[in-house]
Amino acid sequence: MKAAKSNRSLAQKSAVRGPKVARDPRVIVPHKSKRRFYGHGIPGVEMEKLAGKLIVVEGADGSGRSTQIQLLVDWLEGSGHSTVQVGLKRSTLVSEELDRAQEGNILSRTTLSLFYATDFADQMENIILPALRAGQMVLADRYIYTLMARDIVRGMDEKWLKNLYGMALEPDAVFYLNVAPEELVQRTFAKYSRLDYWESGMDVGVSRDMFDSFLKYQALMLRTFKSLQSTYGFHIIDAHRPVEAINAELRTKIQAVLSGHRID
Amino acid sequence: MKTFAQLNFPGRLIAVEGLDGSGKSTQIYLLKRWLETQGLKVFFSEWNSSELVKSATSKAKKQELLTPTTFSLIHATDFADRYERQLVPLLRAGYLVLCDRYIFTAFARDIVRGCPPQWVRDIYSFAALPDLTFFFKADLEVSLNRILDGRPQLKYFEAGMDLRLSTDPYESFRIFQGRILEQYLAMSTEFNFTLIDANQSIEAQQNVVRSLVAGKVDLASFAPQKPHVAR
Repeated sequence: MKAAKSNRSLAQKSAVRGPKVARDPRVIVPHKSKRRFYGHGIPGVEMEKLAGKLIVVEGADGSGRSTQIQLLVDWLEGSGHSTVQVGLKRSTLVSEELDRAQEGNILSRTTLSLFYATDFADQMENIILPALRAGQMVLADRYIYTLMARDIVRGMDEKWLKNLYGMALEPDAVFYLNVAPEELVQRTFAKYSRLDYWESGMDVGVSRDMFDSFLKYQALMLRTFKSLQSTYGFHIIDAHRPVEAINAELRTKIQAVLSGHRID
Repeated sequence: MKTFAQLNFPGRLIAVEGLDGSGKSTQIYLLKRWLETQGLKVFFSEWNSSELVKSATSKAKKQELLTPTTFSLIHATDFADRYERQLVPLLRAGYLVLCDRYIFTAFARDIVRGCPPQWVRDIYSFAALPDLTFFFKADLEVSLNRILDGRPQLKYFEAGMDLRLSTDPYESFRIFQGRILEQYLAMSTEFNFTLIDANQSIEAQQNVVRSLVAGKVDLASFAPQKPHVAR
């Protein structure tokens, strides 16, 4: 499953012309940012030592996240920044068990939610924080918002989730690649010729018809993301446009983050 | 937070808490035997025993992969699995559920490990409180000696080695258990623990436990209902 994913992003990468890298040998030293956790945080973390930047790309499957991240990695590395990539369900701790739980659809909501949180915390502490301490650029293919939105759509208490993910570090920038459900469904068919059970929200029970369920579920997810936006302040990116246009916008915004400016 | 009785569940939950070596498992086992021999609807559940989560937990513990945060979360996952799939349905079906350790174990351990107390408590806020919580309070030395007498191989997390209290597992275990005891005692009033003097004999303790249970729980209501026979 993981191998398939990286193959896919490689294929996409070669299909897309990467951004032009400046010939200028000067490397911009990123501006230091003020760091905080969303809530109670993780014990023993020295915030002032987290020199790197944390950049999150959110969006549904088929919104072009991995393509955009790959292009950003090329650009950042070309500009002299060391990068690290993280994503959901990639921890050594519980990713295997999470896969099994999903296959069997046997865990109840709170349990699954805590399982995902464990996976996330493991990566937070073992990958994200050490990379930031080492001054690297961390590119996260989704973050706590997807996890929260999925649970909110399934009726979990938002306050409980906010406390749970109070252990997450506030990123320097969060981009939400926005694609209308009608377009997502087309992209999904073009890529896999079928709809995924979970991405169609079949467990939510909005419809027994998978196509219908996909559209309704993705619309619910979109609405939930928009409601989370006021708290978490993500930048919504119109991802219906060509890959290069989207990437140019992301680069401009990340450039601003690196120079210590606010993103407009 | 409310108890199962306050939430109008037909079932009741009795939990035992205490340090390793306090004798709580022996006591809850004897309580279970007594209730079973009366033919009552009883179910017993242990801390850290959900099948699926167990495989992740034991792997993580063996490889010493856990931080205080992931230690806390993986145990919360295990508890949630048992709570949602086992405890709640049984309590709705009118069972008397006995738990060897409940959320207070997590509160004590995670806080000793440095997790923010309110964060831990809020995570477990989906769980109702036991209707009766026995805390087995033995002198620290007594519980330590019960565990350490045989010079057992102490496990890494069990000894609190991750806290770097001491390089000697036995010394680490002593300090760790002492701190957990402090945490238990600090929440004793808030969560209405029934303190049992665990320095007494097994029989003397069981005597107290059984009479308290008989006094606080309407045991007759946990007898299986006789099938309706058509005349």
